Amino acid sequence: MNSNKNILVKLNNAGFRQSEKWLVEGVSLTVEKGKIVTLIGPNGSGKSTTAKIALGIYKNIEGTVEKYTIKVGYVPQKISIDWTLPIRVYDFMLLTETIEDSAIDEALSLTGVIHLKNKNLGSLSGGEFQRVLIARAISKKPELLVLDEPVQGVDYTGEIALYELIKKISDTLNCGILLISHDLHMVMTATDHVVCLNGHVCCSGSPLDVAKNNEYKALFGEKASQILTTYEHKHDHVHSDEGEIKKN
Amino acid sequence: MFDDFFIRALVAGIGIAFVTGPLGCFVVWRRLSYFGDTLAHSALLGVTMAYTFDLNIAISVFLISSIIALILIQLQKKTNLPGDALLGLLAHSSLAVGLVVIGFLTFIRFDIMGLLFGDILAVTTDDLLVIWTGGALILIVLKLIWKPLLASTVNYELAEAEGLNPDRAKAIFTILMAAVIAISIKMVGLLLITGMLIIPAAMARNISDSPQKMVLFSIIGGLLSVILGLYSSLEFNTSSGPSIIAAALILFILSLFKIKQSIKLKN
Repeated sequence: MNSNKNILVKLNNAGFRQSEKWLVEGVSLTVEKGKIVTLIGPNGSGKSTTAKIALGIYKNIEGTVEKYTIKVGYVPQKISIDWTLPIRVYDFMLLTETIEDSAIDEALSLTGVIHLKNKNLGSLSGGEFQRVLIARAISKKPELLVLDEPVQGVDYTGEIALYELIKKISDTLNCGILLISHDLHMVMTATDHVVCLNGHVCCSGSPLDVAKNNEYKALFGEKASQILTTYEHKHDHVHSDEGEIKKN
Repeated sequence: MFDDFFIRALVAGIGIAFVTGPLGCFVVWRRLSYFGDTLAHSALLGVTMAYTFDLNIAISVFLISSIIALILIQLQKKTNLPGDALLGLLAHSSLAVGLVVIGFLTFIRFDIMGLLFGDILAVTTDDLLVIWTGGALILIVLKLIWKPLLASTVNYELAEAEGLNPDRAKAIFTILMAAVIAISIKMVGLLLITGMLIIPAAMARNISDSPQKMVLFSIIGGLLSVILGLYSSLEFNTSSGPSIIAAALILFILSLFKIKQSIKLKN
């Protein structure tokens, strides 16, 4: 049962296998109200898979997922929309939940795309579409927000503003956020908990702890870890090029 | 009022257009036109069952089409054949089996042309009851699953992640497809039902900018096609199905001019 009322979603040793290949395995993490948990890791390390496990999109998983909220907002990494369907930004905002016009306008203003409200979704640029996706996810005032590389394709100044917005939303709505991001600066400054993935959990903890971790350095390079620290300690395994674990 | 066969056909056709309009939009959006064809072809088997066991044609067709849809889902899970091959297999084999069974039923005189292309003389007062109550039920259910169905049409994972249960909506929609074929088979004929579903919807796509508008224009297009088609069917003594579909085609061609205009405006 849910002993801690702040827990929104909890993964216990969760994994997912697709045609005999593990996409990710042995992931345990907890997202609580008002907290930002960030997943980092190289391409193909199972970040999106972990997010989809947490969302319940993948059904036949190993381990367990406990989900304590149904108010979920999701910004997927890849979204392909079929243009046989005529759909405006306004219709898209109402896709999964009926929300008031004022809430739609507010969310679109926050992400800076209110002027696109009546535009056809197919006519937007990549960055504009990404802003609409974020607006749609936050407009329903979710308890759990899952953001899979939410600022991809957004211009540099917009990127910073959107990350500030995400941080603000976590504070004002008191919602839990599961974030996948490549922006290590954002990860280090705004995140409460970092999980570093490479097919499994390499290391996790506060941003500071993770930055000190040697596996993190091995994955992201010395420079990335110099953002916060030069602390070093001994680690017990390394990764081959295929991502397999080799004990030292 | 319903004594006149033409009035009955008109009332039946209008009822059908109200249902095929919105369902047709989903058929276009979800790329299900070949799936619709398969269900429609299997309807012939349903009709022969109805004659053999003296059942209501609409109910019998509905049952057989639903069974074919279930078989399709099972085959998709259990074989490695591509979807279109499975659809073709089911469409043509159920059509063939239906025709073979008709060959055995020598004690009944079949109007094959009427079955394939629709027959306005065949519409009875009972059929009107089936079409309008069945149609109303289909629309109510579609209204109930509208949000999850539309959301999963746009993006399945988004709908699943945000708790809309898209799989259930899809299963219910499959049943609605079988139902719409069941109520429209007498009027439009089993070879042309898919046309009644997709041509007004395709016309509506050319002149709409939102899902709701497309549904509305698709209904209007269907209604106009039925009215125009039936009057010309009476005038020229042609089958009702082809006349309705030909009218729908004319509306579609007219809608292309609207696209041309909007492209010109953009440039």
